[in-house]
Amino acid sequence: MSGFSFTLRTRRSLLLGRAIVRTYASAPSPHALVYLEHRGGQLDSGSLSALTAASQLGGQVTGLVVGSPDEVPKVVEKAKSLKGLTTLLHSSSPSYAQSLPEILSPLLQKLLTSSPYTHVVSSHSSSAKSLLPRVAAQLDVPALSDVTSVEHDGSSNTTTFTRPIYAGNAVATVRAPSSLSLKFFTVRSTAFDPTPEDSSASVEVKALDPVEASSPTEHVSISLTKSERPELATASKVVSGGRALKNAETFEKTIYPLADLLGAAVGASRAAVDAGYCDNSLQVGQTGKVVAPELYMALGISGAIQHLAGMKDSKLIVAVNKDGDAPIFQVADVGLVADLYEAVPQIMEKMKQ
Amino acid sequence: MPHGDVCRTIDYAVKIRVNPNQTGVDTNVKHSMNPFDEIAVEEAVRLREKLKDEVKSIKVVTIGPTKASDTLRTALAMGADSGIHIEVPESAPAPEPLGVAKALKAVIDREKEKGGVDLVIMGKQAIDDDAGQTGQMLAGIRGWAQATFASKLVVDTGKSEASVTREIDGGLEEVRCKLPAVVTTDLRLNEPRYASLPNIMKAKKKPIEKISPSDLGVDLTPIFETLKVSEPPKRQGGQKVASVDELVAKLKEAGITAVS
Repeated sequence: MSGFSFTLRTRRSLLLGRAIVRTYASAPSPHALVYLEHRGGQLDSGSLSALTAASQLGGQVTGLVVGSPDEVPKVVEKAKSLKGLTTLLHSSSPSYAQSLPEILSPLLQKLLTSSPYTHVVSSHSSSAKSLLPRVAAQLDVPALSDVTSVEHDGSSNTTTFTRPIYAGNAVATVRAPSSLSLKFFTVRSTAFDPTPEDSSASVEVKALDPVEASSPTEHVSISLTKSERPELATASKVVSGGRALKNAETFEKTIYPLADLLGAAVGASRAAVDAGYCDNSLQVGQTGKVVAPELYMALGISGAIQHLAGMKDSKLIVAVNKDGDAPIFQVADVGLVADLYEAVPQIMEKMKQ
Repeated sequence: MPHGDVCRTIDYAVKIRVNPNQTGVDTNVKHSMNPFDEIAVEEAVRLREKLKDEVKSIKVVTIGPTKASDTLRTALAMGADSGIHIEVPESAPAPEPLGVAKALKAVIDREKEKGGVDLVIMGKQAIDDDAGQTGQMLAGIRGWAQATFASKLVVDTGKSEASVTREIDGGLEEVRCKLPAVVTTDLRLNEPRYASLPNIMKAKKKPIEKISPSDLGVDLTPIFETLKVSEPPKRQGGQKVASVDELVAKLKEAGITAVS
């Protein structure tokens, strides 16, 4: 395994070159590095929530944009006018186009070794979830996932977080001690408002040289589900269908028209996804997407614990289910015990009036 | 693994997390294997069914108190060959993903003399702490390839590669990893089998090696301090309406209107 021994050698030299335990005469003020994700030249709204969480630490905030040379300039242009950002770093390379953790981690390692940063922040997206724990472990520090609140105490140099555990059935309050000089955490985007733009912002922009490294992994292909509808994770309204929808055709015929009438994103329970009624990417729940829209309509969804974990922070929950004892009714603000095939057309008709 | 050996052998280590004790959470309930880890064990067993002798052994590893060995027995009954139980006291706090990753790295280092490990398969997250970090951390400290949230795994032993379809936000991605690699399982990778009674009986005879974190030279003390575990805020749900008219009235009251 020549490739393997090579990577081991680079690892070892990095370990020797690491200076993660730093001593300060006084506690440093927080300086967060926020990993800003983007797609198609647009910043992800989850990253804008991560930026809000980083600002709440009360210190400097540096943003990092990484990607291909044809995308990064567009994203930098937009990120420059984000409120609360003091510095914006960007690095581009054709090899960064696919955000492979094995290719991006050397850049982050270099940036974070003997750095001024005290916190590393990102949204709890699939891409950041793959990259940041890898980098944290390479720097020998732990990481915290999916936090719902952050509070930094400057005098003790500790940061206290809350995060849901056991599928949202419990909330853990966790403190990162001052001995931990680099605090990695990912942010539940529905728990923090996205950072707004601020046209008067004066962000210092700096380019970083990419770090080219050989990767044991190569990207082969990507297939994204195309949709004209709002993005599920960030939509203000979500119409979700469950197992009661029978098949893909019924799901489409019943759920989509109502969603379109309300300008809502479409979601689904795991049962509906596993039965093939719709795409995996629409799954709401502990193992799918966590959403907290203004309106969540659950149609033919019983409300298993894992599903509730993904939607119970929605502002208004409306449920339609034939079974009056379904657990979904315990969290619904407006519950209707009815056959959804009769109810949904009536709802549409009356909403139009 | 022997050098110059054309017919590669593969070893699997499958990490299994057990529900750790945590202040404020009643752990006096029925424990079972983390569902993502069941999927990981199933995938390892299926790989052997497909690749036959090229899979030399399937080893399962767990970190936890004495009773965590039940979880290992379940994995052995599903078709794994042997287990390693890294035993920690019942009263010990749950190890963090970083600690678990270091322990697994140490286990892999020990396996080197026996031919090495080519593939580590683990669940994408434990359903207790929902962190979802261990696989990435292990890959990071080993400098190995990683493929998270796998919904399809094809191993080519001749090329010493794994092709993995990953579930990502908004769709699917396919990557090709050079072995050795760490793969973390998504729900849709497979449907785990039930262990048959004869296999459960056979599993009782399969070896489980008990070791302590200090045997591995790792410290599993968490760095983050858990201050408390509390109930989430309760929703004031449970309001039912009698008709579609009432439901629509409530929607309009909340300012929800038709846009099209």
